[in-house]
Amino acid sequence: MSAIRRGLATLAGVLLTWQMIIVIGELPPYILPNPWAVAASLGRNAGSLLSHASVTTLEILTGMVLGTMLGSGTALALGYSRRARRWLLPMLIASQAIPVFAIAPLLVLWLGYGMASKIAMTLLIIYFPVTANFYDGLRHVPPGWLDLARVMLPESRRWAVLRHIALPAALPALASGLRIAAAVAPIGAVLGEWVGSSAGLGYLMLHANSRMQVDLMFAALVTLATLAVGLYFAVDAALKRLLPWHPANPETTETG
Amino acid sequence: MSPVPVLPAIPGPPLAVNLRSAQLVYGGLTLFDGLDLDLTGGCFTCLLGSSGIGKSSLLRLLAGLTAIGVSGDLRGDDGLPLTGRVAWMAQQDLLLPWLNVLDNVTLGSRLRGERPDRPRALNLLARVGLADAALARPDTLSGGMRQRAALARTLMEDRPVVLMDEPFSGLDALTRLRLQALAAELLIGRTVLLVTHDPLEALRLGGHILVMSGRPAIVQTLPDLPGAPPRDPGDPAVQAAYRAILRLLEVVT
Repeated sequence: MSAIRRGLATLAGVLLTWQMIIVIGELPPYILPNPWAVAASLGRNAGSLLSHASVTTLEILTGMVLGTMLGSGTALALGYSRRARRWLLPMLIASQAIPVFAIAPLLVLWLGYGMASKIAMTLLIIYFPVTANFYDGLRHVPPGWLDLARVMLPESRRWAVLRHIALPAALPALASGLRIAAAVAPIGAVLGEWVGSSAGLGYLMLHANSRMQVDLMFAALVTLATLAVGLYFAVDAALKRLLPWHPANPETTETG
Repeated sequence: MSPVPVLPAIPGPPLAVNLRSAQLVYGGLTLFDGLDLDLTGGCFTCLLGSSGIGKSSLLRLLAGLTAIGVSGDLRGDDGLPLTGRVAWMAQQDLLLPWLNVLDNVTLGSRLRGERPDRPRALNLLARVGLADAALARPDTLSGGMRQRAALARTLMEDRPVVLMDEPFSGLDALTRLRLQALAAELLIGRTVLLVTHDPLEALRLGGHILVMSGRPAIVQTLPDLPGAPPRDPGDPAVQAAYRAILRLLEVVT
């Protein structure tokens, strides 16, 4: 079965279940609107949805770029400096232990209702997976490659070894981190929008909720889900293209 | 057929290697102590020993690679350390999967920040039979081709001393025989130490053959065999030496 037909079948199954829940539970439209109402709302509010989605997309992408830069930098520091390990590692773990939910109001207080607080939230939520995965990759460079480099280059030139061997060897691990980042980054942005904002899909959902526009809420949710899935697959495809020498085992990944 | 390019001459006279009072203590076990090893300049020496005897650690010591519990006094016969004068070939090909074969062969110069000598690398690839695979990625090559590429990379380093740690042991028998002949031909004139657990490989390739055995291990030198390597495994002298080695290694009595 082709991917498109499989996708359509899944969609049909979800819509059917949705409709059945409404019929069986006798749910009024202000609790759960039916799929057609949501589709109609999607069409009616396409312009507004699109403009809010573009705000959220920008927040997610900026947060991802900054988070990836900061996370990669941290991982490199951890991999190459004992002092950094001593000082940064506890902070890294603490950054993960404190839920972003808990500091979201603080970030909005400090950075304002605009995009900055949402970007910071996205950055924080992807910082740990990016750093931890890349650091792991740097720590597990096959020792044989490092031995080879040491015989070829007896005087210690860590930069050359990093550039030609350790960094490329750790890229697949960084790619795993980026895949996780792509999957969780929308959480950060939407969370930020909930806490306080004037634009974005999260804002639109809260706004619609308070005005009992449940169909619009669902339309925003559908838009967000599409955005998140699209982001993940775009990142995945880009990484596959950038790392052709690191193919996945076909037995565990083939879907066709 | 186009004429095969000649390998560049090794700069200077062949370098002999002397290792004195080498010691390996690992997990409370003394694998060797006070061990001396001499490599004749410009000669292909094979070091034979069963697995776990410490021969790989000995080779790592010669290559200047740190290994836990190993120490020893290592010099060339010019009295200088070996640093920077050694090329190393391991059991795994250690090709970097993100580089094509040509870039793998020139890895050393790029690590040192020099401009890679691509014509020379291509010449070497032609010598090892990989002229058509220069731009291929390593994962598209067979095990034998990958080890050929590793051999070309080792030769590209153009060092007077070449250390090889069971480089052919992962290959099938026919590929192994072909690669042994190729290595014997291409490494003429260099000081080579090939570590192996295969007596026939040592007998086929060794100008000198050393046998490492016992605990703590000692190194014994076998009488030199007639004929130039690569030798025919069916040669009576090779067969006789084979039995002598098995006795030394206490496989037969």
